[in-house]
Amino acid sequence: MKFTFNNDTKKGWRLLSIPFIFSLLLLAAPLTMMFLLSFWTQDYLTLDKTFTFKNYIEAATQPVYKLLFTRSLIISLTATFFTVLLAFPMAYFISFHGGERKALWLFLITIPFWTSYLIRMFLWKVILGYNGVLNSFLIWLEMITEPLTFLLYNANAVVLALTHGWAPFAILPIFVSLEKIDRSLLEASTDLGDSAIDQFFRIILPLSAPGVIGAALIIFIPTVGDYITPKLVGGTDGLMIANMIQVQFSKANNAPLAAALSVSSLMIVSFISIVFVLFNRKYLRRY
Amino acid sequence: MSKSSKYLKIFAFTYLIFLYAPTLLLPIFSFNKSQIIAFPLTGFSFQWFEALLYQDALHDALKNSLIVAISSSILATILGTLASRATTRYDFKGKQASLTFILAPLILPEIIVGVSLLIVLIQLGITLNVWSVILGHTLLLTPFSIIIMNSAFNNLDLSLEEASMDLGENQFGTFYRVILPLVLPGIIASLLIGFTLSLDEFIIAFFLTGTDTTLPVYIWAQFRFPKKLPATMALGTILLIVSLLLLSLSEYFRRRSRMLEDSIPNKN
Repeated sequence: MKFTFNNDTKKGWRLLSIPFIFSLLLLAAPLTMMFLLSFWTQDYLTLDKTFTFKNYIEAATQPVYKLLFTRSLIISLTATFFTVLLAFPMAYFISFHGGERKALWLFLITIPFWTSYLIRMFLWKVILGYNGVLNSFLIWLEMITEPLTFLLYNANAVVLALTHGWAPFAILPIFVSLEKIDRSLLEASTDLGDSAIDQFFRIILPLSAPGVIGAALIIFIPTVGDYITPKLVGGTDGLMIANMIQVQFSKANNAPLAAALSVSSLMIVSFISIVFVLFNRKYLRRY
Repeated sequence: MSKSSKYLKIFAFTYLIFLYAPTLLLPIFSFNKSQIIAFPLTGFSFQWFEALLYQDALHDALKNSLIVAISSSILATILGTLASRATTRYDFKGKQASLTFILAPLILPEIIVGVSLLIVLIQLGITLNVWSVILGHTLLLTPFSIIIMNSAFNNLDLSLEEASMDLGENQFGTFYRVILPLVLPGIIASLLIGFTLSLDEFIIAFFLTGTDTTLPVYIWAQFRFPKKLPATMALGTILLIVSLLLLSLSEYFRRRSRMLEDSIPNKN
């Protein structure tokens, strides 16, 4: 038994070592390097390698960074909430009422997301702009006389565009978790007198929780660091931390500060994700 | 029950309209005569597609993007196949942890991957060109390849492998003559998905591209010039059609892989 185990280990690692070393070199090493750099300072082009917390102190105390961190989190959490909220009934509809056409529905949902992400986000600008599609439509309907100006270039526009852009990443995992629910549980609960609402809250929702939690994390973690969406539809009031990281890196020539901001974002996102998962695990244990 | 399912259906269709809204506008504005991207439409025209033929910068970007997409999808498929084969076939210590680590780029914010890679390349004094983008994209695509290859390897019947060894094939021969043909559709699906994702990837390319602009970086630059927007819409339409064709092809191969593997026990 021990022999086969060792044999497996040898054979397994022989294959896995190549992709593993690749990831060490291109992911672990750069992340470590970024972590080190965040404790150094840079004056124009000269790098001072003395260890200091200066960048982190700046990131924590300067109002602009605090504002950007808070805004990034609020935008990302709101977008995650709405994406999951809209995706759930859609996934539920496909799983429970999709019948023979489940595959077709899933296909229909994914098609729009093979449009270039950049162009899709740009098209939100076309929809929400001053002379945009929505304003033209409302004027044509004679519901408004002047174009609405609050649609574009703010945090709400970013939330809307993200809620659109990440939809399949919520629909698909929730759909998978709904598909796994044993339908006989539902029959049993109906036979035992549960109403449709009881059934939803006592069986469907708890059993689909892994999909919902997965979807929330898949959307929350990357969107905190989104660069494209805030830059295109956010205006100055909708800029997020990634935009600042890019500015510090290029125009401001302050790579160490950019590194400190990146490390801080990563820490905050990890912390919130871990708390979220632990909270849900505790809550789910009741079932 | 039927009433609530009716509301659900109405919701599903409304949501679908929301999901399709930007994509449906894309062809409309790429065939619209006017240079301004707004309603009312002014007439049908192919001029914006024609304009694409005369943009040299676009052709260079396309060439770079093709080099990047082809190279990184091949590299990622090799790495993904190795990782997937190792973790689906063998059980060993540290398997789960190292696999999670390799899959991490799937969920890490792209800007962090981009910034950290850029820091290292600058520190090492390496010139940024298509190769830096290829390496970045390979890192990003490997997790997708692993997911696709996992489903190909999971459906593989271990007894086929054992039979081949019993009949005198060595390990290499078994892999080449038995395993590879069975997972080939998965490999093709991984190549096609990787190609499509790389062709559309912006952030990593934006940071690592140097002067060798890729297609999304080119598109990003075009957004600053209102005059060039209709042609950019036309380019987006072409890209969407290409992506959908590649996607359908990869789906075809993925299904074939499943059918191929299911058909084997029946032959015995």
